[in-house]
Amino acid sequence: MQTATKTPFKDRARAALADRTLKLAIDRTTGTAETKRAAAVAGFPEFQAARERGRAIKDHVIANLGHYLEMFERNATASGAQVHWASDDAEARAIVTRICLNANAKIVTRSKSMLGEEIGLPHALADAGIERVETDLAEHIIQLAGEAPSHIIWPAMHRTREQVADLFREGHNPPPEAEDPATMVQSARVQLRAKFLGADVGISGANFLVADTGATCTVTNEGNAELTTTPPRIHIVTAGIEKIVPSTAHAFALLRLLVRSATGGEMTQYTTFHCGPKRPGDADGPEEMHIVLVDNGRTRMLADEFREMLRCIRCGACMNHCVVYRQIGGHAYGGTYPGPMGSVLTPVLDGLAASRDLPNACTMNGRCAEVCPVEIPLPTLLRAWRVRSWREGLEPGTLRAGIGLWARLAHRPRLYRLASRIGVRALRLFGKGGWISRLPLAGGWTAYRDLPRPPGRTFMEQYRARQKKGTRT
Amino acid sequence: MSGKPNPRVGLFVTCLVDAIRPQIGFAAIQLLEEAGCTVEVPQAQTCCGQPAFNSGDNRDTERLARQTIAAFEGFDHVVLPSGSCAATMVHGWPDLLAGDPDWAARAKAFAAKTHEITSFLVDVMGYAPQGRRLDASATYHDSCSGLRELGIAGQPRALLSHVEGLRMRGLEGNDVCCGFGGTFCVKYSAISNGIVTEKAEAVEKTGADLLLAGDLGCLMNMAGKLHRRGAKTRCFHTIEVLAGVASGPAIGEEG
Repeated sequence: MQTATKTPFKDRARAALADRTLKLAIDRTTGTAETKRAAAVAGFPEFQAARERGRAIKDHVIANLGHYLEMFERNATASGAQVHWASDDAEARAIVTRICLNANAKIVTRSKSMLGEEIGLPHALADAGIERVETDLAEHIIQLAGEAPSHIIWPAMHRTREQVADLFREGHNPPPEAEDPATMVQSARVQLRAKFLGADVGISGANFLVADTGATCTVTNEGNAELTTTPPRIHIVTAGIEKIVPSTAHAFALLRLLVRSATGGEMTQYTTFHCGPKRPGDADGPEEMHIVLVDNGRTRMLADEFREMLRCIRCGACMNHCVVYRQIGGHAYGGTYPGPMGSVLTPVLDGLAASRDLPNACTMNGRCAEVCPVEIPLPTLLRAWRVRSWREGLEPGTLRAGIGLWARLAHRPRLYRLASRIGVRALRLFGKGGWISRLPLAGGWTAYRDLPRPPGRTFMEQYRARQKKGTRT
Repeated sequence: MSGKPNPRVGLFVTCLVDAIRPQIGFAAIQLLEEAGCTVEVPQAQTCCGQPAFNSGDNRDTERLARQTIAAFEGFDHVVLPSGSCAATMVHGWPDLLAGDPDWAARAKAFAAKTHEITSFLVDVMGYAPQGRRLDASATYHDSCSGLRELGIAGQPRALLSHVEGLRMRGLEGNDVCCGFGGTFCVKYSAISNGIVTEKAEAVEKTGADLLLAGDLGCLMNMAGKLHRRGAKTRCFHTIEVLAGVASGPAIGEEG
């Protein structure tokens, strides 16, 4: 299990808010993503119909998950791949590490995979003494920085080009000669090329697992997945069991949604289907292909109110459009998955007690659900976590006491009106003119903004007085 | 258009309007009466329950929902000057009470006749204000719950287009959350501040005299930030402009 950092969420958020460079980096990338997505959706008149189809495909698979997983295993095995099942992250790590050690692997190349992060694969490989080489450009950047991804599509989006130039100067041998993107990319290419050819094992994730062919599907814009999965002797795919689709046609239906929602493109540069290892007579391909199917809480989600979350195709649109993510960035969330989708998933993975802040730190504005390509009702799921947190007594005592007091009043209209009358009069004592700029117990408000000073008589008081006088308005 | 010529409307005055800005309630009564409704303000009302609902406290929310539904069941329509409270009643309550055999149908029937005021005026009553004038430039923020849960976007703009002299200016990110989020703005105040700061910057950039919105919560948040920043933008609820009372003090101005 990916352990959340020990600092409390609010401290992480505060640190992120204070980092103006971070904010600049987030705004650059999410702003572009937002604009591009809007254009891609506008240029795809059938988007809503495609969305409904995507949702229907995922719902169908989720309702028949066992059936399609068995079909996938049968067909993948028939194609020569070896299928492994992992019930949790520890088991998944153990399976992957064992395959690597059995192969006497020294260098492992890895193509970006959020599931690999979820199951803690980077640490497991390090512990096993295996050199891990991240081949996605952004992952390469954060590997040099010793960090985790802060976004599921652009793992290094929290770093500005200037910061990347510094990392490359220190981490590349020879260092890049200039700071322009072309030179820096070329420098990364040189660093990685030798690793691609010298790796014993290539590890990739999968965007889709195709049940009727047993193929795994990977999309990238850099082609690094192909170089990770083809030259090494062994190819290991790690994928969540919810990635299954019935057929290639279904994968394409979801791909059209995924790419438009993620980067605003119409197609990714590279969309590759892997179907088993190298066969006799094949020019290239790995000698062994292993597919590790990971549960890690997913079957538990099948049976509860978070089931709809299994529709997620990991496009990142929810975080690009989230006002909270755009303030604090991905690392502040403390789990593998940030943003709205992460705030639903992290409590599944890390436990609610360790992550109750995440579903709470949301304004419930609904923009994430509006852009979700498979119509996941993210605010509803976030509120479901709040309900569970309330029921399990995880919410702070002060909040419970406050809501309790408020509820006792709200259930008694006459008393409530009296309390409101007293309340607004008391509130008036704290301000002068039309505003209150300092208020005890509401420091969260007045630390950053003024509060309009109430006029002194509530609507209900004034309304009843007018009614007595016989005037209505 | 309404089935009945003079529908009986129960006005739900939200807790913020009751305490902070009563004149929004009176503006609502005025507009509803102009539109041909008979308006009453039932005394058994308190709050839509959002503080509990959004904190995950279903039990207290359900209790409050039953109490409010019972108080308003006799009306043809229930109207609120807030998209967010209306959305809680229209979507939240029926979901909460769906499993309660005694209340599921009542909550659904209640939801079906509950409306945010600008959508009620336009969609149900076919109302347009007459003879209003306000010489000012204004910009409009789409509050999230009204926009996304109730589809309120065209109605307030259509109503405002009848106010002579009012020049509307576009707001960049008009449909992006202002960072209020009920208890969010206090519980996660530093994050909320980051969000509302960007909103205030966008509002200031329009150069408009007035900022209008349909939810007092969002308005208080934005007005409070604009004031703290020393901005001159004056903030009003949309229906204050429509009722012709925006010639008086704006939010935070002494009357």
